[in-house]
Amino acid sequence: MREVADNELVGRAKTGELAAFEELVSRYERRVYSLALRMLRNEHDAEDVTQQAFLSALESLTGFREEASFSTWLLRITAHAALKVIRKRKGLPTVSLEEATEPQEGYDTVPHPEYIADWRLSPEKLAGQNETGRLIEEALAQLDEKHRLVFLLRDVEGLSVKETAGATGISEANVKVRLLRARLQLREQLTQTFGDEATRMKPHEH
Amino acid sequence: MKCEELLRMMNEYVDGSAVPGVCEEFEKHLAGCNPCQVVVDNIRKTITLYKNGQIYELPVGVHDRLHDCLRKRWQEKSR
Repeated sequence: MREVADNELVGRAKTGELAAFEELVSRYERRVYSLALRMLRNEHDAEDVTQQAFLSALESLTGFREEASFSTWLLRITAHAALKVIRKRKGLPTVSLEEATEPQEGYDTVPHPEYIADWRLSPEKLAGQNETGRLIEEALAQLDEKHRLVFLLRDVEGLSVKETAGATGISEANVKVRLLRARLQLREQLTQTFGDEATRMKPHEH
Repeated sequence: MKCEELLRMMNEYVDGSAVPGVCEEFEKHLAGCNPCQVVVDNIRKTITLYKNGQIYELPVGVHDRLHDCLRKRWQEKSR
């Protein structure tokens, strides 16, 4: 049996078919939850955000244009909901997605690599080790949430630069800068963890 | 191309979206700069690790609570 496309399900949900909406939810609930959990580092909050994201989708379904990507739209809602929780934790007022993600002076500077070494094992071998999951999640948690979000959407969820910009309310140029910063920060931390000290070299002086 | 410029073009190079001229410059620099080569390699490995990382299973009860809550709202709306 062929798999029904997202947009067909959206169309059917719009006409009142609950089963179609529930099918959509089932398709995306783990991805939405995973994004929320990685942003919030708390299962209770992640579940809250997951519910909010799908409730929001339910409420806005009539306004959703079927030519657009349902998954990108859903991830955008999730991102906004997660950022709201983070702002609340910091005691900041709720703002639009664009305001929550807007650039600040000196915020997106590019960190220079300090610890440079070959990794002891390949990613495939590392993935097979128990510790690895925890270590990479910890490294991710060190990132500022705005950089973490861009990295999660682009490199983990696989959205294009354009889709990531759409999902976060920032310009494509800002997506690239934040992505670069996120990647370099993660590289720095993971290389300290997984790097072979014996191969460590100094950054090249030009 | 100096290390500084290279750093700014890092995304494009790693993603394979650098324009040919830039790509060539990048490769030329890398050929003569071991630390930069290793940094590029590190970044590729970093991305791979996360890309292949898990999509979490929903903890027990989350799926049911989610669908119950959505069903309720749906039915409220269709009254």
